[in-house]
Amino acid sequence: MLGGKDEKMKKLGDLPGDVIKTAAKVGMEETEKERSASFFHLDEAGVFSKVMEGYKDKVELLDIREALKKHAWLKDYYWKAVDKNKDEYTKNTDELVMGGYYMRILPGQKVEVPLQSCMFISKLRFKQYVHNIIIAEEGSEAQIISGCATTEGTGSAEHVGVSEFFVKKDARLTFTMIHNWSPETLVRPRSGAVIEDNASFISNYVILKPVKDLQMYPTAYCKGKNSVARFSNLMYAEGRSYIDAGSRVILEGENSRAEIISRAIAKDAATIISRGDLRNTNSKVKGHLECRGLLLGKESVIHAIPELLAKGEGSDMSHEAAVGKIAEKEIFYLMSRGLTKDEATALIIRGFLDTSILNLPAELDRTIRNMTEKVSEGL
Amino acid sequence: MPDILEVKNLSVEINKKKTLKGINIKIETGQIYVLFGPNGSGKTSLLMTIMGFPGYKIKEGGIFFEGREITKKTVDERARLGIGMGFQLPQDIRGVKLIDILKICAGKKPTAELSPGEKALIDRFNLTDLLERDVNLDYSGGEKKRAEMLQLLLMKPKLLLLDEPDSGVDLESLKLIGEEIQEYVRKNNASALLITHQGYILEYLKAQRACVLLDSTIHCHNKPQVILNDIRKKGYRKCVKCWEGKTKK
Repeated sequence: MLGGKDEKMKKLGDLPGDVIKTAAKVGMEETEKERSASFFHLDEAGVFSKVMEGYKDKVELLDIREALKKHAWLKDYYWKAVDKNKDEYTKNTDELVMGGYYMRILPGQKVEVPLQSCMFISKLRFKQYVHNIIIAEEGSEAQIISGCATTEGTGSAEHVGVSEFFVKKDARLTFTMIHNWSPETLVRPRSGAVIEDNASFISNYVILKPVKDLQMYPTAYCKGKNSVARFSNLMYAEGRSYIDAGSRVILEGENSRAEIISRAIAKDAATIISRGDLRNTNSKVKGHLECRGLLLGKESVIHAIPELLAKGEGSDMSHEAAVGKIAEKEIFYLMSRGLTKDEATALIIRGFLDTSILNLPAELDRTIRNMTEKVSEGL
Repeated sequence: MPDILEVKNLSVEINKKKTLKGINIKIETGQIYVLFGPNGSGKTSLLMTIMGFPGYKIKEGGIFFEGREITKKTVDERARLGIGMGFQLPQDIRGVKLIDILKICAGKKPTAELSPGEKALIDRFNLTDLLERDVNLDYSGGEKKRAEMLQLLLMKPKLLLLDEPDSGVDLESLKLIGEEIQEYVRKNNASALLITHQGYILEYLKAQRACVLLDSTIHCHNKPQVILNDIRKKGYRKCVKCWEGKTKK
């Protein structure tokens, strides 16, 4: 534990082998190279928190409970982007919080090297409650890669993670969350983001491994003038996975813009409910919602629920949704170029899970592209 | 040397509807052969059948490539034997980049680099800026046709099936496509079966033979320019009648 008996953990590599190996699958860079800061929460406690040399005057990274003690002002952010009384999961988190991280990008700092964090469950049937606060101060820029995972055989574990984002004036924050659960895990992320003038929040979500039951509906509030929120989700579900994932943007600022893009593939008896919701209070806004689904199994289900609630002349909102099987025409077009049917199918699926919709820096894009390639090869 | 392609007495149904009846065509190696005919006469169906697309059900006859029957071979097997198809309406595929498909056509792994010669070819086709775009998605008419022809040339086919490579393209693209195909055919002693309506591409392609496909079957074998002139003057139906009259005499 931080400040406790595990204080001697000097590097991420000191974590147990199976933990670090699984964490690598959700983007954790074990050597900490190519990362500006690293945080690791294992089961009930934060076990590692470090800002690399050269970034200490740019970012602040602490365990959330330590941060709340250190900064009295932080209470003005705590439960301000997510409603504490939203549901039993938020209430439980408020009561039972075990940790989480506080990340702050200092004003005007452009951190080109990503920060990384990992929320990990290794204990059998463990119920994890964490609360994260991320603040991108005025004019700052950063990318965060956040992985959540369990080791094999954790049984019916539960992860509840509250994440609150504050993207200040002129700041730009890219947050990429990758999940890799064991097939019996129940997962309830609860996220909210507040975006100020000329700021942008880019949220990416990738899940390529089975999960028992995952439900989330992160919400971004574009409060500022010219603020931008963009959600992109790549979801691949197999087995009996049940994923109910949506993104919501409330456009409040003048000229604020939102985009929600999701790609869902359901195989076997998996179900994906892909939601999207755009609504406005200011009438000078623009929003687009796109949901594409691919069904690969007789019993697989994709339920696309795109919603637009547009108020006032001048609001410009659109959505498109399409769910189906792989088009034969596409397969045969590729076969006419010499690919076998299986090769053509794999290529189309890999293309469907197109990482370029995520707008990632090259290194992260490669990491995630490798993952989607493995998925399409394994089909 | 066997003919590159021989279609023997081919009858084809689509959705139980007779689309092609008793088609006979022979294309010699190195020859460019033109298929004329009004819309809906079955020209595209013939090319799709030769390429082996599902849905084109062969009821009678067969297709021979370099003397070997390929009637039962799959699309990809035919492609690997050396038959390349340039589609009239190229399929777009979301997420599959032009560069991905070009590497496939060139027989390369996704991680492999293109050769300087291949890069130069892409440049000549003016497609370098499109490499990271999804194939054919929101391309202009000319871009689609150029991308289609570029893929074909990278595949190095022995027989090119070209479905209206000159429709919807601007004059510069037409010249480029025509000259590149002609150069490829000449250098590699390749052959082509070409569909064209207006015959614009024939300004660049040295086609030797042509026929007219009308009412699901073939009429009038002659030099392309002769047939094209007759169609222009008299229309398809009269052109066919005239030719049939001559052959009866």
